[in-house]
This record gives sequence, C-alpha cells and structure tokens, in this order.
Amino acid sequence: MQTKRTVFHSRILPYFLLAPQLIITLIFFVWPAAQAIWQSFLRQDPFGLKDTFVWFANYKRLIGDPDYLNSLIVTLTFSVGVTVLSMGLSLLFAVCVNRVIRSQRFYTTLLVWPYAVAPAASGLLWWFMFNPSIGIIPYILHFLGYDWNYRVNAGDAMVLVIIAAAWKQVSYNFLFFVAGLQSVPHSLTEAAAIDGAGPVKRFWTIIFPLLSPTTFFLAVINITYAMFDTFPIIDATTEGGPSQSTNVLVYKVYADGFVGLNLGPSAAQSVILMLIVVALTIVQFRWIERKVQY
Amino acid sequence: MVENRPFLNFLTHLVLILGIATVVFPVYLAFIASTRGPTEFMSGLVPLTPGDHFLDNYGTLLGAGSTRAGTLPFLSMLGNSLIMAVLVAVGKIAISIISAFAIVYFRFPGRVIAFWLIFMTLMLPIEVRILPTYKVIADLGMLNSYSGLVIPVIASATATFLFRQFFLTIPEEMMEAARVDGAGPMKFFWDILLPLSRTNIAALFIIMFIFGWNQYLWPLLITTEPQYYTVVMGIKRLAAVLDGDTQWNLVMTGVILAALPPVLVIIFMQRLFVKGLVETEK
Repeated sequence: MQTKRTVFHSRILPYFLLAPQLIITLIFFVWPAAQAIWQSFLRQDPFGLKDTFVWFANYKRLIGDPDYLNSLIVTLTFSVGVTVLSMGLSLLFAVCVNRVIRSQRFYTTLLVWPYAVAPAASGLLWWFMFNPSIGIIPYILHFLGYDWNYRVNAGDAMVLVIIAAAWKQVSYNFLFFVAGLQSVPHSLTEAAAIDGAGPVKRFWTIIFPLLSPTTFFLAVINITYAMFDTFPIIDATTEGGPSQSTNVLVYKVYADGFVGLNLGPSAAQSVILMLIVVALTIVQFRWIERKVQY
Repeated sequence: MVENRPFLNFLTHLVLILGIATVVFPVYLAFIASTRGPTEFMSGLVPLTPGDHFLDNYGTLLGAGSTRAGTLPFLSMLGNSLIMAVLVAVGKIAISIISAFAIVYFRFPGRVIAFWLIFMTLMLPIEVRILPTYKVIADLGMLNSYSGLVIPVIASATATFLFRQFFLTIPEEMMEAARVDGAGPMKFFWDILLPLSRTNIAALFIIMFIFGWNQYLWPLLITTEPQYYTVVMGIKRLAAVLDGDTQWNLVMTGVILAALPPVLVIIFMQRLFVKGLVETEK
C-alpha cells in the first residue's frame, strides 16, 4: 500500500493517531458484527435462559420460511424499481441540463436539493400526497377510474415507497451523470454530427456507451441505497405492510429482532445482509480500481 | 452544442421545467398543508393555495404550546439535531484526518491491518447489526445521551479515504522541506497539512452534516426520553402520535421544519456540496 517516499519516524505516534478511529470501529462495528455472527448459530429456549449451538439451523429455517422468501422478492422488486426509476429520470435531466448553456446552474440548484431531505421526511411527503382519503393523487386517479389505496393494495404500497425512495435519489444520480456527460469529448459528437448523425442517434451510439462506467457505478450505489438506506422510508410510511408487501430485508431484521425479539433468526438475517453489503462493496471498488488504471 | 435545433431546445427546457415541477410539488403541497387549519382536509379535496394558519401551526410546534395536543418539543428536537449533526461532522473529520495522516505519512507494523479495519466499517451499516450494537450501547450506559447519539456513528471510512487520496497528491517536497527546516510530524500536520486540506474539510463537513442531521434509525433506537429526540425521528413520532385522526397540517409543518436546515445548507453551499459528494465516492 502506498505511502510517501520519505516518512516520519516515530514508534508510537501513528498508533495514537489511529486509536480513536480504531477503538470506535472495534467497539461499535466489529464487535457487534461478530456477536451477530455468533448469535446466528445459537437458538434460545423460550424463556431466554439457555442458548444451544445449532449450527446452520437458523439459516435452514430462514430458507424454508415463506415470509423470508417473500421479503427477498419484495427487496428485489423495490431495489430494481428504485434504481431504474431514479437513474432513468436523472439521466434524462442530466442530458437536458447538459444541452442548455446559460441556465445550467439555475436548473442544477433546483434539482439537487432533495438530496438533503431526510428519507423519513421524503416518505411522509409522498405518504401525504398518496393518502387515500385526502391525498391529491388518489383524487385525480379516482376520476380516471382507479381506486387507489396503499393501506389495502400491495401494489399501491410498493409504488408509493419506490417513488418516495427514487425522488430522493434523483439528485445524487443527476450530479454524477452531469459529471459523466461533461467528460465526453466534444470532438466525438461533432464528428458524428458532421457525418449526419442526429441528436438521438448520437446519444445512443456515442454518449451512452461512453457513460457506461458512470452508469454501472451508479447502479451499484443505487442498489445499495435501496437495500440499506431506505429503512426510514418504510418505517415512516407502510411499516412493511399491507400484509408484508413492502417488508424489505432490512425492515424485517428490525421487525423480527428488535420488535419481535426473535434473536437467532434475526441474527442469521443480519449475517446474510452483511454478505450482500460485502459483495456490493467489492463490486464497487473493483470498478474504481479499473477506472484508476486508465 | 453541435448544431442549433430550436424545437429540441424547447423540448429540453420543457422536460427540465416539468421535472423540477415534479420534484418540487410534494414539498409545495407540504408547505400548503402547513399553512392550513386541522379541519380543512376533511372535504376530500386538498387545497392548492396557502391558508392563514401559518403562524398557528409553526407556533404550535415551536412555541410554548408545544406540549399541547400530545405534540413534541420541536425546538429542543431541532437543537438536538443541530448538536448531533455538528458533532458528527466534526468528529468524523477529526478522527479521519488523523488516521489518514498516520496511514500516509508513517510506516509502522499493523498499518495494512488498520487500513482494512477502517475499510470494514463501510461493509457494516447499522441496519445489519441493530441488536448487538444496541446491546453494546446499553451495556456502556450510553442510552439517552449525546455521546450515545454521536460517538457510535463517527467512524468513517469514506472520510479517511478522501483524506488519504488527497494527502497522496501533496508533493513529497513539502514534507521534505518541512523536515529539513526541523519540523516534527505534528508541526507539519498543523502548519502544512491542515491548511492545505481546508477546502476538503469544508466540502466533507457539508456532506457529513447532512448525514448526521438525517440519521433516523440510530436515534430511534437509543433515545426514549423526549429531551434527546432528534427532529427527523420526531416527525415520525408526530405522525404516529396523532395517528387516530392524523393532523396532517402539523405533521407537514414538522416535515418542513426537519427538512429546511439541510436543504438551505445545500442551496447556499452548492459548489462545496457537489465537490464533497463527488469526491467522497471516488
């Protein structure tokens, strides 16, 4: 790993400098994670007095549990929905902002601020707009002949949380797409224009392929966001309902473990989630390494 | 712009204006709701123009009447959020910059292990280790305290990486010159590294401030006394407390109050914010 050519010589100073970060990491990150892994192999008796070591029984039970499988499918639907919706919209906005000249900064300012809105607040905003009795969107949908109700209809609830989560993420993707678009060399698009390619053709044959590293990076970031950072949106709105239709994995861990106090199975869910984050992080950093080598 | 196409220009602006309208609309509606009285939503149609209860609603949440109607002490929740956000941002930056300094400017046994330990924090978000972390905090007696709100979330791999990347771009000659002039490591850190990192620190501060302000699950777990509630978790309680017949005007007032400070930070410091956001991910 890289350091400077010449370094300072001190036996103890670097350890002092690293101590605060490492102590916090060990106490609040590594130790609890190790506990979760250990806990996932145990089963507690009904009175909470004795733990027995049960190997992979908790995991086996999870795999056979229809609620858990449902949660996997819900998470997948939710993540793909959020990723596609927010990336699609932000790419569209980024392309547009990249075309305008004078008002670029103005539009950018108006598009980036939702990044700062807390996910819980974003959830409540859309919860209000979609509220079946007073919300404006069900009111409009009613005239179109659709009876919207996220309290009973699973699909409606899913659409609501996807929109709330995507709304907040558009600004983030937008900034990265703008940065990506600005690094596409002008000479290429100009050459294509001279050869007679129209704007749409130029976009799909030149700009979009050149954007693929950004797109890939954002896809990973968005899936991570949808899987882990959207807990507040679910908690502030549907709380996993109706009938588990928005019970994503992170929410289920919380509901089973913290609310239901079902320790072993909840810990096993935690460990599976950790493996997912590890996998996503590796993919993300692989991409960055590749990019650095250019 | 390669060629001039008036229709496409028109379409571009149209898409952007529609996009912005969609992005702004939920917040506009929340603002409208926050200026309306409690009974004005019953008719089934949401009003689209401001009402005259602006002062009432904000006064109810912020003012002396805040204990009325089962609502929460918003002023102190806003204060707690501010304390938490500032302490989290300062804490993250402080411990990250010294770790990055140690990793880049020293060679010592265990350096690579330390780096990987810091890296691991990226892979262990709070959501996947809720119960055991809660237990650690409970055992340490940190429930319902500012230290409990702040300390467990200030380890930061992203900030450490950012400073490490930045330090690696600082010319070797800087440090050699400082050493020739007889400066020790800490003198070099204070007088050269810190001033050079000023822009990075500012950009990071904005990102981390927003991160700290918007924390939800963590304060929800470890605070049970209203005096430690933060505003973002508070609005959810507000919505839940009033669930019987939700007083949307007050809930939306709360949402506006919770969202306004970080949004203002982004709008007024857009340049630094964009820099911070783009660089922490690299």
